[in-house]
Amino acid sequence: MFIRRLPKFEYHTPSTVREAIAIAGKHNGDAKFIAGGTDLLLAMKKREIMPAHLVSLNGIGELRYLTVLANGKPSEEAGGLKIGALTTLAQLLASDAVKKDYAPLWDAVDVMASAQIRSLATIGGNLCSAVPSADTAPPLLAMDASIEIVNHSGKRTIPLNEFFNGPRQTTLGHKEILTHILIPKMDSSSGGCYLKLMRRNAMDLALVAVAVCLKLDETKKVCKEARIALGAVAPTPIRVPEAEAMLAGKKIDEMQITEAAKIAGMQCHPISDIRATLEYRCSMVEVLTKRAIERTLQRIQA
Amino acid sequence: MKRDITLKVNGIKYNLNIETHRTLVEVLRETLGLTGTKKSCNEGECGTCTVLIDNKPAASCLVLAVEAQGREIITIEGLAEGTKLHPLQEAFVKHMAIQCGFCTPGMVMAAKAFLDENPSPTAAEIRKAISGNLCRCTGYQQIVDAVMAASAALRGEA
Repeated sequence: MFIRRLPKFEYHTPSTVREAIAIAGKHNGDAKFIAGGTDLLLAMKKREIMPAHLVSLNGIGELRYLTVLANGKPSEEAGGLKIGALTTLAQLLASDAVKKDYAPLWDAVDVMASAQIRSLATIGGNLCSAVPSADTAPPLLAMDASIEIVNHSGKRTIPLNEFFNGPRQTTLGHKEILTHILIPKMDSSSGGCYLKLMRRNAMDLALVAVAVCLKLDETKKVCKEARIALGAVAPTPIRVPEAEAMLAGKKIDEMQITEAAKIAGMQCHPISDIRATLEYRCSMVEVLTKRAIERTLQRIQA
Repeated sequence: MKRDITLKVNGIKYNLNIETHRTLVEVLRETLGLTGTKKSCNEGECGTCTVLIDNKPAASCLVLAVEAQGREIITIEGLAEGTKLHPLQEAFVKHMAIQCGFCTPGMVMAAKAFLDENPSPTAAEIRKAISGNLCRCTGYQQIVDAVMAASAALRGEA
């Protein structure tokens, strides 16, 4: 398909979140926020959307950083990672904290797009575009992340799994901005990983993606908590509680892993499209889930 | 809907009055005449429009020119010093990493950004670094050889 030039729009450059929301409010649904632009500008070139106004978030410096939260502060009791929505995928990839302590997210960013896209694309943008194959979603779901949303009357924090409504649909209103992503801290008996199946090793959307997070007991043999999230196999990224229940509270052995993987393969509801059939996707969910659990155990026990 | 902006490209500041819907690659090529940067797929898939923005590789077809204001942009024209080619450019010529040449500027810029971060790469790391750049002629082997040779030259080992 021949990709055309961008349609015309009026361009706004607010310097605070409040100002950005006010501008969007004035144009009542005919304005779009632009962050990295790698999804939005492409959709505009294809004339899938033609907003009359673009409100650039790129002048809002405070949203461009990730912060490791210290233990002990009242509001940040448990510690964790706070990621500004404008943090680029390249910044996440370069972060030692992400690589070491939030490995599933690092695994995901490592296999996303290309260097020249990762330096532009933002984590907030990836979530707000809300495609079923969004790579940052399954690891964040598996790590039990929540998100901060700001509108004219204040801010609210919701679990990420209440954010996605359907393909390219979220609970975010026209005049709301996703400002931060919060990931709870994982202790030394916890860990996880993200596995993505693609047709080639770069620049591809996931055919199937699986993120796993496990919390083991002190002996590192019994699973206390398990979270498994899937991408590209349902209208939104999903958790699979039935598969998680196979692991939680149990001493994990091969049989349990095989059973949990089988359930994950049955609980997903993918479509057949040009990239893969429904049957193939279900089958690959089973394979990848098994592999992801095994890799997670290796990582924690290492 | 025009805006006054200042773009800093290859160390030179340009004061421009441009339409806000124009992408960086369009302004580089059509307004500044810097046609070394190529435009091909126009959707961020092929890598021919790769330039450096604050030393990071970026697909200039997916960047609004107005959003590049105040940032340091380097294009393929900014690599050579006078008539002396950059070691990467020399290596591409020497290893015949160029056939039709259309991917070359983007390929060189992606490799430049990569070697700045990783001066002693393995072949596998080079392949991953240029995975966002399509070449339909060479089969990539000569390009990987060239980047490897350039990395040695830049370390002063060749």
